[in-house]
Amino acid sequence: MGEAESASPIALSGFGGSSSLRRMALEISDIYKHFGPVRANDGITFTVEEGSLHGVLGENGAGKSTLMKILSGFYEADSGEAILDGETLTLRSPADAIAAGIGMLHQDPLVFLPFTVLDNFALGSPGPIPLDRSTARDELARMSEQLGFHFDPSKLARDLTIGERQQLEITRLIWLGAKVLIFDEPTTGISATQRIQLFTTLNRLAETGLIVLFVSHKLEEVEELCDSVTVIRQGKVVFEAEMPVPSELLVEKMFGKVFHEEDRQPAPLGGPVLELEGIVLEEGTTRLDDLHLQTAAGEVVGLAGLEGSGQRTLLRACAGLLDPSSGRLLVDGNDLTKTSYRGHLAAGVHYLPAGRLEEGLVEGISISEHLVLSADDSSFFVDWKAADEAARQEIDKYSIKGTPTSPAEALSGGNQQRLLLAMIPDEVRLLLLEHPTRGLDVESAAYVWQRLLERRSDGTSIIFASADLDELLRYSDRIVVFFAGAVFALRDTSETDGEELGYLIGGKERV
Amino acid sequence: MTKVRSATPTLIALAAALGAGIVLLLLMGAPPFEALWLLVEGSFGSASKISATLLAWSPLLLASAGLVVTFAAGLWNIGVEGQIVIGAVAATWIARTFPGPVWLVIVAAILAGAFGGMIWALLAGVLKTYGGVHEIFGGLGLDFVAAGLVVYLVLGPWQRTGVASTSGTDIFREEAWMPTFEAFGTDWPIIPVVLGLVSVLIVWVLLRGTRFGLRLKAVGSNPKSAFLIGIPTNRYLLGAFAIGGALAGIAGTVQVTAFHHKLVPSISGGYGFLGILVVLLASFSAVWVPPIALFFVAISVGSTQLDLRLGLDSAFGGVLQGTIVLFVMIGGAWSARRSSLSRNAPGEP
Repeated sequence: MGEAESASPIALSGFGGSSSLRRMALEISDIYKHFGPVRANDGITFTVEEGSLHGVLGENGAGKSTLMKILSGFYEADSGEAILDGETLTLRSPADAIAAGIGMLHQDPLVFLPFTVLDNFALGSPGPIPLDRSTARDELARMSEQLGFHFDPSKLARDLTIGERQQLEITRLIWLGAKVLIFDEPTTGISATQRIQLFTTLNRLAETGLIVLFVSHKLEEVEELCDSVTVIRQGKVVFEAEMPVPSELLVEKMFGKVFHEEDRQPAPLGGPVLELEGIVLEEGTTRLDDLHLQTAAGEVVGLAGLEGSGQRTLLRACAGLLDPSSGRLLVDGNDLTKTSYRGHLAAGVHYLPAGRLEEGLVEGISISEHLVLSADDSSFFVDWKAADEAARQEIDKYSIKGTPTSPAEALSGGNQQRLLLAMIPDEVRLLLLEHPTRGLDVESAAYVWQRLLERRSDGTSIIFASADLDELLRYSDRIVVFFAGAVFALRDTSETDGEELGYLIGGKERV
Repeated sequence: MTKVRSATPTLIALAAALGAGIVLLLLMGAPPFEALWLLVEGSFGSASKISATLLAWSPLLLASAGLVVTFAAGLWNIGVEGQIVIGAVAATWIARTFPGPVWLVIVAAILAGAFGGMIWALLAGVLKTYGGVHEIFGGLGLDFVAAGLVVYLVLGPWQRTGVASTSGTDIFREEAWMPTFEAFGTDWPIIPVVLGLVSVLIVWVLLRGTRFGLRLKAVGSNPKSAFLIGIPTNRYLLGAFAIGGALAGIAGTVQVTAFHHKLVPSISGGYGFLGILVVLLASFSAVWVPPIALFFVAISVGSTQLDLRLGLDSAFGGVLQGTIVLFVMIGGAWSARRSSLSRNAPGEP
């Protein structure tokens, strides 16, 4: 190797140093990981050589996070192995991974906020139990100088910016001997200047002979930064190349071919249902600014974008779970801006979040009991015989596989979703759905949509968030694209296609 | 909180607890079987002993019934001790202040006790729902405040005529004694037992047959879903605290008007904590509260005989109760683990 190391401004022992002349490489070989029926990693194989800045690209749920968690010891793979510098690694815990030379930077840097910079740095270092702060202080100074970072060791971690916390993590991991550094969506929540700084750092780390894996769904960043790229879709490697590669090819590989379905059947639209007038929403790092949106009776609006780009924030605000900092929110002309969640329910707004068992159904409670809970009835005693009878009818009507006494957790995902549909009251003006068909088989998904679309004729307006381009194109009249916590674009479905959406979701206009 | 479980692990656990008790007795140098027999004889050996056991059973039933409600709402209501104490204080105030026929004083004392306990529980409830103070800390803090208050009353404003003493206030006049009924040569605490059993019955109906109970269970199992379904979760949590506190307060009334006939610093009798053990052992179900509570008070009442006859510390009864609960919990966890392992492999951590 030699060349990379001598050219490096940081010459350090164990710093990507392989003893032999052969170039160090990380070989990922045939990794499988299943979660129940979901094949998160379905035989992933690729190789990254030392000194390269390698992009791992894929949409949400493609399996890239699972793979990185396997590499960093959080999950154990069902089968397959990781080989670093010719040595097969045993990765049973994060401690194993770091001992083997693999360091992971999480989306939210794992620093302990009430600790000082120095204590964070010294934390997790191997050695005897008494903490040798003076040595750690010297090491921190030496390491940060080599890396070009500046820390005040006595500052509390909570007073650092996200970017500085990342730098602290990098310093710590390299000090612990990391030869492979994994960055999982590292640009989330950091400023533009910090992003530039981070990219400079990443380039320098790669130059010194480290293997840097840059995991992202942002096309632009991968194009700007990486020397090579692996695209993962549905748990499989679908594309590998040296950069540069044309963007449209990457989009196609990431999302697969999406066909614009001609059998879309829009319903006739009525008057306005939801009106957002210059609404401002703030939640975490998401800030939706001055948003204007109107939906009509019978209209379906799809919210596209990678998870956490602001779709959920908008849905929560429409449901009355998040107060806008300014602007007005009207449903059927009634101002609901500062109305509570229950006020929204009374106004005919119904929200179905993605977590069916977390934010919808109650474990340990039966189908009958759920239907009683959601029923508009205030009698003190419950007539369980009548309730079971009513439940049996709903079970028939929605073809739920279960009995009135089946507890929610015993139902499959599709049947849980059907139960949730049965719990929606008849009179609904605005239906807010988050990933309504996630995890469902094709038949269940089609059924769910059939039931939802029926409601359009009653003048119900539907807003749904989805990661599935096909679903968005097939059912929406209009599509709002979110990127990085803001509304990026608004398209009529008839005037766009899967390719353009792919670009927009990745934060790029079509060229 | 598991609702249903097979009886086998529980029986094994009970046997194991009994075994542990025998080992403990041997270590203390006591004849184990004689000691265990003394527990039975001490609690059920004569009419007056049975009466004493029933009198101890009643407040435990009341406290446990209240705990079934708060557990259903997913709350760790550690503050029952304090709620019993405040109920007892309120009942004592009635007993000391209002003259009148016995039935009027007793009814007023029961209502006052219920009210006092309810207020004390609602304090913990408001701290939780609007103050963000976990109910365990709020309840524990209020337990100490109540314990301090009762000592202050006993040594201060309500001190015994003559000299203030921690042995309690003056004995109430007889109109403030809860009436008993004589049969088989002893007095039977019919009213407390009826209060206890009726409270268990009401709680059972409430949780099983009413919309309120169903909503409470939903709030307890998954507050997020319950809120999204449209249930005003805070109101239901406070409702659970209010019911639990009122029942605990009535237990306090029973303690002062039927048992001690005066207010003493240790008025709660430990029933608040013992009730938690009873309800854990009953798998949070009201149906199992009466037999388990009876079993527990029998151990408590019977263990006084160990002291008298064998010179053993009567604390052995408490040790045995705790051991039983521990073993049953371990048994429950073990069988839950086995069934979850056999159902599927571990998923995402």
